[in-house]
Amino acid sequence: MTTASAALPTPTGTATNAAIVAPATPTGAATNAAVAAEASTAVCANSTVASANSTAAPANSTVAPANAGAHARQIWAWLGEVADPEIPVISIVDLGIVRDVRIAADGACDVTITPTYSGCPAMQVIADAITASLHARGVKNVRLHNQLSPAWTTDWMSEAGKAALKGYGIAPPAQKVIDISGLRTGAAAAVSRRAATPTAPAIACPHCGSQHTEVTSQFGSTPCKALYRCLDCREPFDYFKCH
Amino acid sequence: MDAKVEYLLRLGDNALILSQQLSQWCGKGPALEEDMALTNVALDLLGQTRMWYEYAAALEGRGRDEDQLAYLRDAHEFRNCLLLEQPNGNYADTLVRQFYFDTWHYFLIHALTRSSDARIAAIAEKSLKEVTYHLRRSGDLIVRLGDGTAVSHAKTQAAVDDLWMYSGEVFAYDAVDEAMVAAGVAPAAAELRAQWLAHVAEIFAEATLTMPPADAWMQSGGKQGRHSEHLGYILAEMQFLQRAYPGATW
Repeated sequence: MTTASAALPTPTGTATNAAIVAPATPTGAATNAAVAAEASTAVCANSTVASANSTAAPANSTVAPANAGAHARQIWAWLGEVADPEIPVISIVDLGIVRDVRIAADGACDVTITPTYSGCPAMQVIADAITASLHARGVKNVRLHNQLSPAWTTDWMSEAGKAALKGYGIAPPAQKVIDISGLRTGAAAAVSRRAATPTAPAIACPHCGSQHTEVTSQFGSTPCKALYRCLDCREPFDYFKCH
Repeated sequence: MDAKVEYLLRLGDNALILSQQLSQWCGKGPALEEDMALTNVALDLLGQTRMWYEYAAALEGRGRDEDQLAYLRDAHEFRNCLLLEQPNGNYADTLVRQFYFDTWHYFLIHALTRSSDARIAAIAEKSLKEVTYHLRRSGDLIVRLGDGTAVSHAKTQAAVDDLWMYSGEVFAYDAVDEAMVAAGVAPAAAELRAQWLAHVAEIFAEATLTMPPADAWMQSGGKQGRHSEHLGYILAEMQFLQRAYPGATW
């Protein structure tokens, strides 16, 4: 993945102006994350940066500029307006892709993102969209970092995001992540193949709400979705897999 | 060559060659859902390939990137196991190959999440949920085909028997593998093999398939770059563009 850098000339609002805008946190996830970004714990320092090219985020770097916290919250709000390229009703913040935002001592903005799936072709588009969005707001120096661990999970999806998915005709992840390996033996601790089926969560049809549905395929139109059909209204639908 | 670079190339090459093979099914799957499932699995494996190659390239320090590793190495430089270059054949052949691989891959990736190498552990953590889905699916399908019609059973049993001799190479550790075990990077062969045999036996029993003997003679050589003729054809297609138009980008 990329280290997007690059200072584009931008006519509008500078980073300094941005810092005085009232913090807007559209979602719970953004609020928590902004707090985390403001705290001095170095998220990136403990995790693995996947890209060979990316520079590590500043861990114990020099004192951040004044208003860095407010500025970071503003960045979170802006990123909350960047839509997922494949499911445009949900933002990359609501999807849990943006893991950290911090303002470096040199004024650059370090954004840490994590891939949903290893091969997700949208990640490059998302990286470009983040950079373009922030450039358009006058944040000239944006550095993107790709973080693999902890691995992305649908547990990070915000409630607002799940509601948006349902409104869009995609059944949101049904519950907390479960072990779907179906293995009785070995490392994966014991979910019987036969027992796994009856205890699988009922997926509600996003069209009619019926829980009388069945899986057509565990692999759908994108890596993150499975195919289902409703046995009452007969409509096929996508289900955003627990992951 | 550095043992860790070699080990990473093996991981990446396994994933890449299988991904390329599965991609050949695109538009030809026996059902739309199967077509999409195979290409989804191919995409996951391709993403994993990139992570292994990026790390290998960084450690190697020869200025090569992931694309050069994929497109500019010849067959003898590839380190994938022979199982993965076996032809797609019929659908049972493809699924049995997948099931043998997925079972090993799942237990390996599970163990690699505890690797002493933090970056390998992170890549494994990222990949684990994906390979779990892969294994769940291929096990389900082996049961459906094996315990299906007389024709599907016969074809699946034939694939099980034909591919069996390629299933052991992943457990045939050489100096590279042993160096990784000694360094706490990779799990021991015996542990993985016991898990693999137990899971395969369980699925085959449910699928009414006969498991070949565990101590059968096994093919090897792919990890050291000694490949069957199949790999050359796979690379010829996969690498065509960069060979014909060196440095082309789009």
